Amino acid sequence: MDKEKLIQELQAKAVRLRRETLLIMKEMGSGWLGGSFSSADFIAALFFYRMKHDPRNACWSERDRLIISKGHSCEVIYAALAESGYIPREELKTYSHLGSRLQTHVDCRTPGIDCSGGSLGLGLSFAVGSAMGAYILPEKKNLSSSPRKQKARFRVYCVLGDGECNEGQVWEAAANAFHYKLDNLTAIVDSNKFQSTGAVRMKMDMISLAEKFKAFGWETREMDGNNMKEVVDTLDWVLTVEGKPQAVVAHTIKGKGFPSLENTNCHFVKITDDLLKKGLEAFVG
Amino acid sequence: MYSAHNRALIELARKNKKIVSCYADFPPGEVAEVFQNEFPDRIIDVGIAEGHLITSAAGLADAGLIPFTHCHALFALGRGYNQIRQNVAYDNRNVKIVLCNSGVIWGGIGPSHLAIEDLAALRAIPNLVILSPSDAVSTEKATFAAADYVGPVILRLPSVGATYPTLYKNDLEFKIGKAICLRDGKDITLMATGILVKDALEVSEALEKKGIRARVLDIHTIKPLDEKAILAAAKETGAIVTVEDANILGGLGGAIAELTSERYPVPIRRVGVKDQFGESGTSEEIKECYGLTPAMIKKAVHHARKAKRGRR
Repeated sequence: MDKEKLIQELQAKAVRLRRETLLIMKEMGSGWLGGSFSSADFIAALFFYRMKHDPRNACWSERDRLIISKGHSCEVIYAALAESGYIPREELKTYSHLGSRLQTHVDCRTPGIDCSGGSLGLGLSFAVGSAMGAYILPEKKNLSSSPRKQKARFRVYCVLGDGECNEGQVWEAAANAFHYKLDNLTAIVDSNKFQSTGAVRMKMDMISLAEKFKAFGWETREMDGNNMKEVVDTLDWVLTVEGKPQAVVAHTIKGKGFPSLENTNCHFVKITDDLLKKGLEAFVG
Repeated sequence: MYSAHNRALIELARKNKKIVSCYADFPPGEVAEVFQNEFPDRIIDVGIAEGHLITSAAGLADAGLIPFTHCHALFALGRGYNQIRQNVAYDNRNVKIVLCNSGVIWGGIGPSHLAIEDLAALRAIPNLVILSPSDAVSTEKATFAAADYVGPVILRLPSVGATYPTLYKNDLEFKIGKAICLRDGKDITLMATGILVKDALEVSEALEKKGIRARVLDIHTIKPLDEKAILAAAKETGAIVTVEDANILGGLGGAIAELTSERYPVPIRRVGVKDQFGESGTSEEIKECYGLTPAMIKKAVHHARKAKRGRR
């Protein structure tokens, strides 16, 4: 497909995801608006462009995995799952209701979710295990041989929060991914600069996450995570890297798309009628 | 017992291509050479990173494999509790977590490594099966049973460097959730788990000479508990002594007290660690220090029987 057309289509998908996300959050009366909106663009690109998956066969063993390590901001994921056809759109109305498959953090009970989230710092380790599994040959040396005889059965994408990278286990996983040369693993850090109770740099200044991943041996790129062309280019680049895991630090804007909320700590917000009205006017699609 | 587990793991790996053995800088024993030669991709060491060990095993299970993780019991538990709960138990992953060097009786190491709370902490997590075999034969069978069972299993093993007497013959039938009656009796029941089953058995034999017939149950599955066998023993023998090498708070003693107090209360005495941390010392000194000896089991039997007589 023509790249410009692809980008336009993905942009339209991202608008639609933001609109649906708002409607989902309305069901609970509040939601993870900031992180859902900051990540909506690369989530759209992963679901509708990059990932090899089959929504009609959610448990397909060879599917690319998407691990939402940050756990919250699940509404945009549910919107993407419905848009792809994993779950009926009607089901979005059950978000956060008792007994629903759509819990307030991503949950394995939902078709298309590979790892339950909510407890931060774990997802990258899960992604490492999964990526190793994609290279394991039952009776031969492949995972730890260089060059490898056989390609990975699938790729693994892991979305982390920038605040989440405070957690120590992220770096255990980062070291292990390099050790096993997991080039089928891509970590995308949604660097929206805010965590639960304040600005990331004020809570714990991690200096540069890109430099950190680089120091751990990862091929690393930074991108404007709300610029679809950069997102697509970067997701094309990850496929070209051999022998190393890739880290993408996506510089994003918390609450992207809502001028009044952008770059504020709109981590978990009440969905008022006014907010909903403004949002639905802004996100037409 | 670690050797028996390793032998079983090798046999399993030869039959089942999905078996993977994972370590956090923990000695793989007999597994190392065989796996390196026959299936080098199926042995993984993640370094000293127990939390990552547990979560990455869940990822391996997601990729269709059956991982067995190995590290010190206390660090699987202490560094991996959230990971066991979230990535293994909650997501119901087919991961087998082997707790090596569990319990308080591990000579020459000290309190930082002695897992007194493993049973209490893990019992409270839904979805987990918890196995605690008592000798080499039951360890081998427990390893096979863990692999056959689809879902998360905790396999609790004692000091990996020590050898323990064998209690069972090779034809032992080991079934998850079914306690083994090692000796029958009507006067009291000794319910033991792990390496102290042997001591319970010895006490039962000694008591017989005094005319006291003590039933011995090997509670090799801490979860799900064999409620039927435990309640039957409560009804038929009227008194219970529990024996374990872990904290009695929430451990085997706790589990049996919870069950019987609700369903069929009888006098119960618990032999185990009395809410204390471990100590350095030889295994024998530790047993003595924490009251995990046949003499203390006998004393507990005496008190439980006295209480039983007092109820009549």
